[in-house]
Amino acid sequence: MKSVVAENIVKTYRKGAVLALDGLSLDVEEGTVLSVLGPNGAGKTTLVRVLSTLLEPDSGHATVGGIDVIKNPKGVREIIGLSGQYAAVDETLTGWDNLVMFGQLYHLSGAAARQRATELLAQFSLADAAHRPIKTFSGGMRRRLDLAASLIIRPKVLFLDEPTTGLDPRGRMEMWGVIEDLVREGVTLLLTTQYLEEADQLADDIVVIDHGRVIAHGTSDELKNQVGGERVEIVVAEANVSPATEIIERVTHGQATVDQGLRKISVPVSDGTQTLIAVIRAFDEAGIHALDLALKRPSLDDVFLSLTGHVAEEEVVVEPGKKKRGARA
Amino acid sequence: MNGIRDALIITKRQLLQLTRVPEVLIFTTIQPVMFVLLFRYVFGGLGVGIKGGYVQLLMPGIFVQTVAFTLAATAQGLAQDMEKGLIDRFRSLPIARSAVVVGRTLGDGLLNIVVLVVMGLAGFIVGWRPTSGVFHILLGFLMLLFFGYSLSWAGIFAGLISKDARVVANVSFLFIFPLTFLSNAFASTTSMPKALQYFAEWNPVSTMVAAARQLFGFHNTFGVTAHSLPSEHPIQTSLVYMVLIMGIFIPLSVRRYKTASSR
Repeated sequence: MKSVVAENIVKTYRKGAVLALDGLSLDVEEGTVLSVLGPNGAGKTTLVRVLSTLLEPDSGHATVGGIDVIKNPKGVREIIGLSGQYAAVDETLTGWDNLVMFGQLYHLSGAAARQRATELLAQFSLADAAHRPIKTFSGGMRRRLDLAASLIIRPKVLFLDEPTTGLDPRGRMEMWGVIEDLVREGVTLLLTTQYLEEADQLADDIVVIDHGRVIAHGTSDELKNQVGGERVEIVVAEANVSPATEIIERVTHGQATVDQGLRKISVPVSDGTQTLIAVIRAFDEAGIHALDLALKRPSLDDVFLSLTGHVAEEEVVVEPGKKKRGARA
Repeated sequence: MNGIRDALIITKRQLLQLTRVPEVLIFTTIQPVMFVLLFRYVFGGLGVGIKGGYVQLLMPGIFVQTVAFTLAATAQGLAQDMEKGLIDRFRSLPIARSAVVVGRTLGDGLLNIVVLVVMGLAGFIVGWRPTSGVFHILLGFLMLLFFGYSLSWAGIFAGLISKDARVVANVSFLFIFPLTFLSNAFASTTSMPKALQYFAEWNPVSTMVAAARQLFGFHNTFGVTAHSLPSEHPIQTSLVYMVLIMGIFIPLSVRRYKTASSR
């Protein structure tokens, strides 16, 4: 069953001057994770805002959990959780205060809201900091609390808009751990990101968008294959570079490229592991020692470059709670 | 009924903020008390010939000015929630569309009760003595609260359309300060240029000040240039103004909130 369906969503800003979503369509199978991958300004946030009923599209059709987001936005709000690019919590209040307040706004009784707050604070390793104002939290803690707030009602569908943007590596790893736990519990998740490795790490399916359109769709493996096959990369001692290149070209029947500075020889291969073994055997016979040897698959960076003709933009570091410069993402 | 419950949760949040950051409450009340003292002793000499002294006319003026400042406070608070993305979260919840804005105006209204009580006591200490009896005094304070409440809806709208909390607070003050001084609040309007006199007479701040003076039992000797409608019937005119302000800004705000976006 499809938990999220978007069909031909068009959204413009400033009376049509800015085209944020240009007939975008996608769907998310129940219990799976879809990552929407794209650079700043690709339309990721606009898409999440449309699906979470914050923004009405100019045209198109979308359902979440089978409920129409335009005709019955309140019905959608009852089954979704949303966590945005920055922690949307009251910073003057404590983590506990925030979760109890949001619980009550989800129409839990006071006691139920307090119990849920306790559970969530424990689940997200925030129990020790529960009664500190959010102001004193680290960026990673804020995001975790924000995520906790979006899970109060155990939503059927969870939207995470760039959950790790602006976090330091440690905060990002912690956040990934938390998200992976949720995924194991079977939540349906639509996650936007501009980090290619994040999509690779967390998602079942990846939709690559640029300028408000889907430009590629598939699993991480499918996308990588779309860009091109695997390569064998071998680093040898300087004296061995030219004999090694000859051996490699003979074994693989391919055209090798050689980086003299790095002493790295690289060649495209069709049946990766088989070829790798053949190369190792040939090296062994010739008495050449490989310093480093790897079967490389294209990264999602390569995917992005080959799909859009430009590299994914550099990450914009955003301080939590601060406004982000530039266009809508 | 859920709409009211949701709004009260938002109001509760604001009160909770005051307990977590008590400085806000302290400075919100210190400022008006300082104004009472400054005006009372700097301009006290203006009251020559006024029965009971300048302070009798001053206090209603300062009350009105203070509750008018609610506009800026509401606008700033809401704009902050917009900036932080909190409004996005609220809008993604299954709550009434009016809850967040109604909750905030109620919260700011409650804060005004505290502020008015503290100012009233400060005024009493420096010689303010309303003479109209308990019922009319309470009615006067009730009307002041209602005036502040209506203006906080203008603040809601300003907060929703602004992109920056500090800017909206400053702009609101740029708007309120002239409005409170181009009035009968602190000095007689008869010494103003003729055009300003008319403005001052029809200014909602003036009508509210005149209404409060009347309800507290003092003859409004400041700012009667002609026997115009607002100066003849300050209470009725003020009520009309409040209904008008809310009639304009409540629908505008609720509509704006539906499409509010933090960026």
